[in-house]
Amino acid sequence: MGIEGGPWEGLVKAPLRVPPSSLPWRSAAYLLSGFVVAVVWLAGTLVLVAVGVVTVPIVVGVPLLRLLPHWAEALGRVERARLRLVDRRPAPSPHQGRPLLREAATWREAGYGLLLCLLGPLNAVALLVLTLLVGGPLLAPFWRYLPGSPSANPSWQKVTADPALAWGASVAGLVLLITAAYLVTAAAAAEAGLARTLLTAPPERELELRLIEVDRSRARLADAFDNERRRLERDLHDGTQQRLTGLIMTLGLVKMELPGADPEARKLVERAHREARETLEELQALVRGIHPAILTDRGLEGALAEAADRCPVPVTVRMETSHQRPPESVESALYFAGCEALTNLAKHSGASRAELLLRDAPGRIVLQVSDDGAGGADTGGGTGLIGLADRVAAVGGTVSLSSPVGGGTTLRVEVAWTS
Amino acid sequence: MDVVIADDAVLLREGLRHILERFGHRVVASVGDAPTLLAAVDRHLPDVAVVDVRMPPGFRDEGLRAALRIRTEHPKVAVLVLSQYVERSYALELLESGSGRGVGYLLKNRVGEIEDFIDAVTRVAAGGTAIDPEVVVRLLESRRDHDGLEQLTPREREVLALMAEGKSNSAIARALVVTEAAVLKHVGNIFAKLLLEPSDTEHRRVAAVLHYLKG
Repeated sequence: MGIEGGPWEGLVKAPLRVPPSSLPWRSAAYLLSGFVVAVVWLAGTLVLVAVGVVTVPIVVGVPLLRLLPHWAEALGRVERARLRLVDRRPAPSPHQGRPLLREAATWREAGYGLLLCLLGPLNAVALLVLTLLVGGPLLAPFWRYLPGSPSANPSWQKVTADPALAWGASVAGLVLLITAAYLVTAAAAAEAGLARTLLTAPPERELELRLIEVDRSRARLADAFDNERRRLERDLHDGTQQRLTGLIMTLGLVKMELPGADPEARKLVERAHREARETLEELQALVRGIHPAILTDRGLEGALAEAADRCPVPVTVRMETSHQRPPESVESALYFAGCEALTNLAKHSGASRAELLLRDAPGRIVLQVSDDGAGGADTGGGTGLIGLADRVAAVGGTVSLSSPVGGGTTLRVEVAWTS
Repeated sequence: MDVVIADDAVLLREGLRHILERFGHRVVASVGDAPTLLAAVDRHLPDVAVVDVRMPPGFRDEGLRAALRIRTEHPKVAVLVLSQYVERSYALELLESGSGRGVGYLLKNRVGEIEDFIDAVTRVAAGGTAIDPEVVVRLLESRRDHDGLEQLTPREREVLALMAEGKSNSAIARALVVTEAAVLKHVGNIFAKLLLEPSDTEHRRVAAVLHYLKG
């Protein structure tokens, strides 16, 4: 059809292509459906308000009145969808997910609703008049075939009676039709513009909203991963680990029952016992990497102290935490960041001692791991620092690394969270 | 002796029952959560309760909390706590509860070492202490750079570790194949070097050593 973007764009850039396109018809449909929406919305609003106010004394009214902002928001949704008739550009919702009453968008939608109640009937009347004004002359040559001339106007009767005059009127009607096409398109464009201004998020705001949405979806993903890890840990703990422990106990008993047995058999049983124990230990190490039980049970303090214990480099642990526990996703991001830092310093730094500090403030938590090693750590070289930073970023935190050559390494992870 | 077992995994409960009965002990109750454990202990007053740290409903440290309550409500009932992982504070919390006598903290994996496990159960039931060697190793390692520990000879460190596990002098002597008199001498040296007050009973000795190691 060749007319893209906003409705004005077509009118201004390619005015000659407007009348034969579908745009005028879609514009008319837009105006007419606006009238229908206005009637339904006004009726609904009046019913809600009336019934709501009357039934306030019997409490029913309160929830009814509470529906009003939703009713306004629903109108916004319908209108944004209806906008597509004349304006193909995306029409993002301006709502930000806060309570409706506290959002300006809701109030703008309500205001727009009232405006539509005024404009809708005007549009309908104007469309009707235009139809008659255009349709009459256009159909003049066929008028006389209608059973019983419906018009009482004598000059009109004269026109329709004479074929030459009637065809002349028809041509004039065609000109009127084209004019009407422009008029209707312009009116629809104006009202669509109004709707866009009042009911959609501005483009830069839209980008911002999309970024917020991306952030949220990233956080949701990180959360989903965490939940999955916890589920896996529980499954392994309840299932495989218990079975292995049972097996080890049984083999231990077998070992005891065989004191006088064939030394070869005894040796085999002992080997089975040892191998089962090693398997269990490997499984436990694996589970710890997935999601350590101690993190759920004892929080970050317990889990990080335990991780520091396991580090081959002596680590001084300082816990300066006294506030509410952060959400689980934050805890696990910090825990794995701490583990990664400890692994790195044990593997690469050549440090002789290290310090792990955890400090919190309301809604904020900082983990700092520093060592006296060689420094020079960077984010490349497979140190896992990138993955660590990604994981922390997914919960809205930041990682900073200070590692001058020969000056030790300090890794600081900071997360601000809201519960 | 009479034992109450509390673990939410049926398989483990049955395994524990099997082992304990094999050694002539009587399992008077075998339960799956903390409230039932407390009720069972109230009812049977066993010699010892073997308790898993992590139990329903919260799967956190319900077992430990229940164990601590048993310690205060029934000081005569010994408690052996089984844990999936090393948590240093658990051992100290247990030692500080009640009279501090008759407590044990073992890693669950230790249950597979039947003799070690039975030894711990009997020791705890007799009012002694049993701390998992792994816990002691962790404590020693985390304090390895400490001045006091650096002064100890390798043999004294071995004695210190066994002491921290709750072993008696005679058990230490047996484990290291030395005389009890030699052990006594080592213990004296250790206490002097670490500037600890010599203590008269074993559980106080364990508590003192663990406290020292925790720093």
